[in-house]
Amino acid sequence: MLYREAGQFRSTYAEDQQIFPIRQDRIAMAALLVVAFVAVPLFGDQYWLSAILTPFLILALAALGLNILTGYAGQLSLGTAAFMGIGAFMAYNAMLRVPHMPILGGFIVGGLSAAAVGIVFGLPSLRIKGFYLAVATLACQFFVLWALNRVGWFSNYSSSGVISAQQIQLFGYPIVTPEAKYLLTLGVVVVMALAAKNLMRSETGRAFMAVRDMDVAASVIGIPMMKTKLLAFAISSFYCGVAGALYAYTYLGTVEPEAFTLDLSFRVLFMIIIGGVGSILGSFLGAAFITLFPIFLNLASKWLEHALGIEMSHAVVSNTEAMIFGALIILFLIVEPNGLARLWQITKEKLRLWPFPH
Amino acid sequence: MKRTTIAAAAFGLALAGVASAQNEQFVPANFYWVGPYAPGGSGFGGGIIDYMQMLNERDGGINGVRLTWEKCETEYNNARGVECYERTKKHPPTGATVIHPLSTGITYSLIEKATADKIPVISMGYGRTSAADGRVFPYVFPLITTYWSQATVMVKYMGQKMGGMDKWKGKKLVIVYHDSAYGKEPIPVLTDMAKQYGYELTTIAVPHPGNEQQAQWLQIRQLKPDWVILWGWGVMNPTALKAAAKIAYPREKIVGVWWSGAEEDVLPAGSAAKGYISAGFNAPGSDFPVMKDIKKYVYDKGKGEFEDKARFGSIYHTRGVVAGIVTVEAIRNAQAKFGKGKPITGEQMRWGIEHINIDDKRLKELGATGLMPTLKVSCLDHEGSGLVKFQQWDGAKWKVISDWMEPDRKLVRDKVEADAAQYAKEKGLTPRDCSKEAM
Repeated sequence: MLYREAGQFRSTYAEDQQIFPIRQDRIAMAALLVVAFVAVPLFGDQYWLSAILTPFLILALAALGLNILTGYAGQLSLGTAAFMGIGAFMAYNAMLRVPHMPILGGFIVGGLSAAAVGIVFGLPSLRIKGFYLAVATLACQFFVLWALNRVGWFSNYSSSGVISAQQIQLFGYPIVTPEAKYLLTLGVVVVMALAAKNLMRSETGRAFMAVRDMDVAASVIGIPMMKTKLLAFAISSFYCGVAGALYAYTYLGTVEPEAFTLDLSFRVLFMIIIGGVGSILGSFLGAAFITLFPIFLNLASKWLEHALGIEMSHAVVSNTEAMIFGALIILFLIVEPNGLARLWQITKEKLRLWPFPH
Repeated sequence: MKRTTIAAAAFGLALAGVASAQNEQFVPANFYWVGPYAPGGSGFGGGIIDYMQMLNERDGGINGVRLTWEKCETEYNNARGVECYERTKKHPPTGATVIHPLSTGITYSLIEKATADKIPVISMGYGRTSAADGRVFPYVFPLITTYWSQATVMVKYMGQKMGGMDKWKGKKLVIVYHDSAYGKEPIPVLTDMAKQYGYELTTIAVPHPGNEQQAQWLQIRQLKPDWVILWGWGVMNPTALKAAAKIAYPREKIVGVWWSGAEEDVLPAGSAAKGYISAGFNAPGSDFPVMKDIKKYVYDKGKGEFEDKARFGSIYHTRGVVAGIVTVEAIRNAQAKFGKGKPITGEQMRWGIEHINIDDKRLKELGATGLMPTLKVSCLDHEGSGLVKFQQWDGAKWKVISDWMEPDRKLVRDKVEADAAQYAKEKGLTPRDCSKEAM
C-alpha cells in the first residue's frame, strides 16, 4: 500500500537508470541521510557516537572494499586487515612527514599506498583462483604485519611500534569531539559508498561481474583480464586503506600493528558473507550485525539480569553470548545463504504487493 | 500488553534503584573472562572486586561511601575495551572513578580519551612506560613499576647471581619476546644496558599466540646464552618452558616478566617449569591479613568471585587485590581532601592517586606487608615505586627468593623523560609545571 510504484512513470533514460528508481526509496534514503547527518549528532550521546556508530561506519567501509573485490570481482581475499594497516600507518606517516598535509590528503595517501600493495599482491590472481588465491593474500596479511613491526620507519621509530594519531583539522576546524569525528567518518563513508555504487553500475563494474561469473567467457568477449583483476585489487585496497586510516584517526586514536591481525580480516569477511556478497547495502548490514550484535547481546544480558533479578556468573554470560552469536550466524546462513541484503530485497518485493498479493 | 507493562515497570524500578543510590563510588570492572587470556583477566578482575566487596562488608565502604562496580567484557580487544570505557564512563553518580584497562593495547587507546574526559587510567605493571612522567601524562599512572624498571632489575638480579655487575662483560643475554607492542617495550632499555655492562644481547621474537617455538629455542641452543629473559603472555609461557626443557636449557637461567610468572603460566608445562624464575610486583599467598579478611568477609559468606577456590591467593588474584588497595587508598586521599563521606569525581581521583603514600606503616595497617612494595606517587613520578621481587617455581608453588630490588632509576627516568618529551612535541602539548600543582 505504502510501497507502491503505480503512477510513477519514467520518460527518460536518466530517470530509468538512477540509483533509486522508486520514489519511496529516494525519500527513505534522503530521510536516512538527514537523520545520520543532523539528528544523530544533535541527539546521540557520546557513547553511541564514539563507541558504536563510528566503528560501525569504518568497518562498513572496509567491508565495502572487500565486497568490491570478493563480491563483485570474485577474487577471494584474506588480506583486508593488512590493507587497513597500511592505510593507517601510511596516513600517519604522511601527516607526520609532509608539512601542512590536510587530513583528507593523508587519508588519500593511506588509500593509495594500500592500493599499490594491493596490486602487487593481486598479481597471483592472474594465475590462481579461489582458495589458492586466498592463501596468496594470506601471505600479504602476514608480510605486512611483519613489515610494520620490523621496519621502524613506519611507526617513526617508536620503541613499542605503536603510532598515535596527530590532532586533525578539516578546513581549519579541529576534529576533536566525538560529533566531529563521527561526521567526518560519515562524510567519507557516504561519498565512498556512492562512488562504489556508481562504479558497480558502470562498465568497470560490469567487467568485474563478468570476470566473477566466468573469467574465460569474460576474456573471450574482450575484457582484459590483467587490467580488470588488478583494478579490482587496487580499488578494494584503496577502500580498505581509507577505512584503516579512519580507524586510527577518528576511532582509536592510537594503534599498534596488532590491531590489524588476521582476526580482523576474518571479521570483515564474515561481514560480507552475512550481509550479502556483491551488494553495497549488504556491506552495511553485515558490519552492523558483526559489530553491533555482540554489544547488544552484552547489554541485553544485563537488562535481563536486572529485570529478572537473577545473578549469573559473568564468565558464563560472556561465553553464552559468544555461543548465541555463533548460533545466529549459522541460523542466518541456513535461512538465507545470500545474506541480509537478500532478505531485505525479498521484504521489499513482498511490500510492493502488500496487502493484495497475487 | 500486560507483559510489556510489567517489563517497563521492572525496568523503571531498576533505573530508580540506580538513581536513588547517591552515596556510592563507581569503579568500572572492564576485564576479560573469555578467550585465550581469560585466566589473567578473570584473576585480576576477581581480586579487585573481592577487595572492594570486602571493604563494603567489613567497613561499609570508604567513610560510608559504598563501592559499586559493573563488569564489562573487553575480550582483551582494543575496540571492545574502548566500547566498555565509553559505556561505563558516565555511570552515576560521578562517572567512572578510575579505569584499569588490564591490556597495554587498550591503555594506549585510552590515553587521549581518558585525559580529555578527566578519568585517571591506572596501568599497574603494563601500558606506556613513559607515562611515568606525570607532567606530560596527567591522567595516566603506570603504578608501582614499569616494564623498563623491571628490565633493569632483571639485569641487576642476574648480575648479582653471577657475583657482580662487572661479571656481565662478554656474557650473552637472550630475550624471547611476544611480538607485539608489549613485547618490544623493554628492548631499548636492554640495548642501552648492553652498552653499559658489555653483554651481548640477542632478541628473538615469537609471533602471537606463541604455541610454536621450536625454531626460536633451537637458535638459543646454538647461542648458548648465559641468561634468557622470557617476555611472554598467555599460552606462550608454558610453551617456552617446555621448549627449553627439550633443548635442556637450565630453567634456573630463565627469568620471566611478571606476565609470565603466574600459576597459569607454569602449571601447563608440568615438571618442565621447575626452577624457573620470574619477576613480580606482588607476592602470592593467602596468609596476608588482608587476604584473611577477604576470606572471612567475602568467601565465607559465599560472595567471592572465584568458583574454583584453588585460585584464591594465586598471583593474578593478589595482583588484583593490590590494584584494589591502590584504588581505594587513592579514593581515601581524595575524600580526605575534597570531603569525607562523599563520592569523588575522576578529577579529584587524580589528585588522590598523585598523593598516594603507602609506607611500611600503612602497609601494616592494610595487612599487606610483603604483598606489595611501598608506593609514593607524585605529580612528577607516576610510577611511584619501581621495586621488583623475584620468585621461583618449585614445582608446586611460587616461592619468593629475593627482597624488593631497586631499578636503575636514572637510566629509566632519563629514557622516560626523553620519550614523554617526544610525545609532547608530536602532540603539541605543554607539560605541566609540577611545582605549581596544588599540594
